[in-house]
Amino acid sequence: MSSQHFRYLIIGNSAGGIAAAEAIREVDQNGSLAIVSDEIHPAYSRPLISEYLAGQRSLRSMALRPPAFYKRNGIEAILGVRAQRIDFGEKSVELADGRVIGWEKLLLATGGSPIVPVMAGGEKEGVFTFTTLQDAQRLRRAVADARRAVVIGGGFIGLSAAQALVHRRLAVTIVELKETILSTMLDARAARLVEKTIRRQGVTVITGQSVREVLGRPEDEGRVGGVVLSNGTQVLCDLVVVAIGVAPRTELVAGSPVKVGRGIVVDRRMATSVPGVYACGDVAEAYDFLHGENRVTPIWPNAVLGGRAAGHNMADWPDTYAGGTAANSLNYFGLAITAAGVVDPADGSCEVLSASGPGDGCYRKVVLRDGRIVGLLFMGEIERSGVVYGLMRDGADVSAFKESLLSRGFGLASLPEELRRQKLGLPVGARRE
Amino acid sequence: MVSLVVGGNRLPLTTKASAMNRVYANEEVCVGCRLCEVHCLVEHSASRDLIKAFKRERPRALARIRVQADGDRFLALQCRHCPDPPCVRACLTGALYRHPVTGAVYVDADKCSGCWTCVLFCPFGAISRDVARGVIAKCDLCPDRLVPACVANCPNEALIFTNGEEL
Repeated sequence: MSSQHFRYLIIGNSAGGIAAAEAIREVDQNGSLAIVSDEIHPAYSRPLISEYLAGQRSLRSMALRPPAFYKRNGIEAILGVRAQRIDFGEKSVELADGRVIGWEKLLLATGGSPIVPVMAGGEKEGVFTFTTLQDAQRLRRAVADARRAVVIGGGFIGLSAAQALVHRRLAVTIVELKETILSTMLDARAARLVEKTIRRQGVTVITGQSVREVLGRPEDEGRVGGVVLSNGTQVLCDLVVVAIGVAPRTELVAGSPVKVGRGIVVDRRMATSVPGVYACGDVAEAYDFLHGENRVTPIWPNAVLGGRAAGHNMADWPDTYAGGTAANSLNYFGLAITAAGVVDPADGSCEVLSASGPGDGCYRKVVLRDGRIVGLLFMGEIERSGVVYGLMRDGADVSAFKESLLSRGFGLASLPEELRRQKLGLPVGARRE
Repeated sequence: MVSLVVGGNRLPLTTKASAMNRVYANEEVCVGCRLCEVHCLVEHSASRDLIKAFKRERPRALARIRVQADGDRFLALQCRHCPDPPCVRACLTGALYRHPVTGAVYVDADKCSGCWTCVLFCPFGAISRDVARGVIAKCDLCPDRLVPACVANCPNEALIFTNGEEL
């Protein structure tokens, strides 16, 4: 027997969950709506936890929405309570505090959980993950009397953590398993430039290594004193940040009828294999427009777009998720990079165009297949990369003007007139005077 | 009725976003003088004075409109204030938002973190980086004016402020 019942129940209070709640309210202002999250804070900008750790941002300015958001939109916020079991037959969710909540439409926006490798000594005090505000709060307390940090993982989260720790004046060592940092987002050339930039800030970058053991301190075995790399090298440190990546947080649907691949599989309506149950964001395996198939693409903008489509459909307003693909903007120590799609094609089926300058910090690259853009990488001057990304997402045939994509002055003005007018919402084929 | 609820204000979805006024450029007429950039910069400066804005204010304000050239053809472009704005969806911090009543897209500079994600997601390339301040700069349609500064100061009426009916 459910103690509470909602027309719409959303599990997860971040990008996807909030976008879905807003989308539901665009269509249905009256249907009861609740958001459950094990995080205690009202929705906050997750990417800002590094600025928070750096001491550059207050908790208040991390809020994703104004304080009255939940009340004003008629959303029951059940925060700081974990959803621990879903009964898909009864259409109810059991919370960690014993409450049972019924639903008619359910959205799984549970996000990802940090991947923690098996390391001897990994349980010692001073080993952190870095995906939630609570992680950042714990780390912020720990950095006060720490001098050296090891960050395991040279990806997006690892570099964000490293940047914040440098601001906190810690000596930071990044340990990356692959031969280059940011290997899933950048090509080797861009990665080397980032590496150079962060080394200049005093960060030590060790690639091709992993951490096999976390050492204790001579005076206190239970607290982190260093790490041992796979080649046997010891690196002394006061804390360790594990930032290898995140995996879809699918434990709530384990053993359930909800179909799971790498993430929870959804169709273009963001509906799972179980009627009335939807998923979005980092937990979902949703349509990727570039690859033409379902993929896990755990980036914030995709979570919002997927969440909006899910919310509309939950409220019976048919909407189709346009699809997302891997697309990121990086800004470490002032080095601006945008990258999307396939930036480093492995096979010869792609045409790669690139240009450099001015200066060695500027670099542009567009990857084409059959006249269509499948990847882009802009470094330094990134302003017009959005136009290229837009053409990629439209699947536009750019063969007629592909060379201009790399010119510094590239922009909407460089597009053929008809395409340009179409994009600007101007009448196409209008008679010239 | 179907309506939008944002910040407590309801906007019927039936209200056509295309009904809002936007700035359109007539490419046939634009001579590429870039006075729109100059006046946009001044309008968004602290002093709103041409000489002070350029000579004294540091960091200097940024123009939100940019004149692009393709050979001898010019296009003055700023934020299109999209009805379903990709930049707002992409914003990592909640700094970008679409005004529930007017439909214009604004940035709350206090919340902007300068991550430039919106720059990648804007299909018009209409968002600039204000690197000195660590935030983005984009067209706000000059909220203190009836007609945006770029339009008001275009010497040959190449810029038009219209809801699209005159196009």
